[in-house]
Amino acid sequence: MNELAQQIVSGLATGSIYASMALALVLIYRSMGVINFAQGEMAMFSTYLAWQFAQQGMPLWIAFPLTIAIAFAGAVALERVVVRPVERAAPLTVVILCLGLLITFNGLAGWIWGYTVRTFPSPFPTTPLHIGSAAFSSQDLGIIAVSLLSLGAISLFFGKTKLGLAMRAAALYPESSRVLGVRVGWMLALGWGMAAAVGALSGLMVAPVVLLEPNMMQGILVYAFAAAVLGGIDSPVGAVVGGLALGVGLNLIGAYVPVIGTDLQLTTAFGIIIVILLFRPAGLFGRRTMRRV
Amino acid sequence: MHVRNRPLAATLAACFALSLGVGAFAPAAADEPGITPTEILLGGLHPYSGPASAYGAIGKGILAYFAYVNDKGGVNGRKITYKDLDDAYSPPQAVQLTKQLVEQDKVFAMFDTLGTPSNLAIRQYLNDNGVPQLYVATGASTWGSDGAKYPWTIGWQPDYQSEAIVYARYLLKEAPNAKIGVLMQNDDYGEDYLTGLKTGLGSKSGNIVKVATYEVTDASVASQVASLKAAGADTFFVFATPKFSIQALVAAAQQSWHPRTFFNSVSASATILGAATKAGGEDATKGLITTQYLKDPSEPSWADDAGMKQYREILAKYAPGADPNNGFFAYGVSIAFTMVDTLKRAGKNPTRKAVMDIANHLHETDNFLVLPGIVVETTPKDRFPIDQQRLARYDGTHFVPFGEIYAGRGRGR
Repeated sequence: MNELAQQIVSGLATGSIYASMALALVLIYRSMGVINFAQGEMAMFSTYLAWQFAQQGMPLWIAFPLTIAIAFAGAVALERVVVRPVERAAPLTVVILCLGLLITFNGLAGWIWGYTVRTFPSPFPTTPLHIGSAAFSSQDLGIIAVSLLSLGAISLFFGKTKLGLAMRAAALYPESSRVLGVRVGWMLALGWGMAAAVGALSGLMVAPVVLLEPNMMQGILVYAFAAAVLGGIDSPVGAVVGGLALGVGLNLIGAYVPVIGTDLQLTTAFGIIIVILLFRPAGLFGRRTMRRV
Repeated sequence: MHVRNRPLAATLAACFALSLGVGAFAPAAADEPGITPTEILLGGLHPYSGPASAYGAIGKGILAYFAYVNDKGGVNGRKITYKDLDDAYSPPQAVQLTKQLVEQDKVFAMFDTLGTPSNLAIRQYLNDNGVPQLYVATGASTWGSDGAKYPWTIGWQPDYQSEAIVYARYLLKEAPNAKIGVLMQNDDYGEDYLTGLKTGLGSKSGNIVKVATYEVTDASVASQVASLKAAGADTFFVFATPKFSIQALVAAAQQSWHPRTFFNSVSASATILGAATKAGGEDATKGLITTQYLKDPSEPSWADDAGMKQYREILAKYAPGADPNNGFFAYGVSIAFTMVDTLKRAGKNPTRKAVMDIANHLHETDNFLVLPGIVVETTPKDRFPIDQQRLARYDGTHFVPFGEIYAGRGRGR
């Protein structure tokens, strides 16, 4: 019973890591229709910035918001300067560009900060939290809370604000939006900025757990991608549900199905995802795209 | 001493060279690549860039020691040139650079190429071409155990199996009925450790209550740690690379699990445990046990040791800017010592064959960075140069060696 609770909470925590990255992927997908493969590396780079600020003696409650702001501004600038020229090109061009950004950020971080594994200051206490006879890491509970909060904020933004509405319109009907006075180009840049901010937040949350190094996000990005596809690539709620389901599912399969064990949990989990997608190609929460002929 | 031990092959090769009329003043065997009257050319590969670039310090330690030896007159009148290239820990690059070193630069031998994947990638090529692949910097057991198939390849450091055997021997004495939980990387490296642990435990292998594996792409090993705890283990074996071993220690502490912990030497550096202590608190690391075979330069008790002083002087002079407390530099200097020792014993006319023969008959008692009492030793049947190790316990800031010297595989097997 104890172990079950432990496995579920730790699964929810790793699931939240996947979920928050998946959320960032979904944000870009919604505005541009492509996956930004550099999302993880951008988050890693932001996390290094925060680490650098903390090294210089800046308190975390200033360093974290500052980092998120820089990530937002940096990504807006990146979209304006680098992505804009290929915005209307074939999706493949954008994908290749993103892969280029991935390699650039990874190399840059290695060059500036080296490849040594570093610990990252945690905003949460390191002492375990005892509930009944099980011990949970406060870090895990913190990560779960933060990713649920950011999902809530994003849903509110898209559902209740004018700007959010404009962004959705710009993504879905760029031409009509332009006619109505929405600055479509800037909406895309804003999408990049928000995705980077969410990514940076997720980097800051996971770095104390997965430790800070230039390759910290690469494995996570693969799971995040799977989570996003499982939940429906254009649905923020789907991204979070997909991430949590993946995290908990992997843990439970690994711990309780002895035949599969930790050796095959990954294969099995992805097998299940494929089966789900066979029946629901748009993912659990995705909108089915229909084309009228 | 080297004259007495000089193998027959080297002597014969020398006579052969002389009889060909190469000339009494040109001591080189005519056809031996990489050997000139004044120079011995060795090739090496280390990751100076990329994710494993921390190991580059080993290459720098080697270069410092060779520079020191060259300043003292070199080896039997020849200076050592070490052409050390950056393979970025990438096997395809290792293959290409090795071919360049062998075919274009015509090195005499490859020495201290680093990393199991890179060395596996170049082993067949070097053996096909009869080029020595000496003292590879990896702990896989295959370098020692597959000598029949790959006679031109040999390792140096204790292999992972032997290390795990040492833990098992100690544990059998200390807690014969321990309930063992193992966390291991799901590949050859983890498998090597697990095999060693089972070998060492022998009939007590049933003490292993659970083995949990992780993939290098996993985000966290917290779930694996929870399973081991739930299986009732009171003894925790961590066979993991630095990142995951830090995670494992922190996860155990956060789940309030405080087992007896054995921590593979791959990750047991003061820096890494410092990081784990910072992230997980003192409880996460204190008392864990690892093995040592080299003197740890960051350990203050060695400060007055003659070998340690010599090491610090060499680094200060030939690798200025290097942090002597970084154990990788010490590893480089120590392994370079064995290489120089081997070349010395190969005599005035070293041949590839002779050098391999010496590598199979090592008996080195004076390596100044190896722990006192440990002998760097091989026989054609036992091709594991360093097999003896001591246990060391982490006291919160340092590793404190304790207990006897163990022979992992034992000699003459």
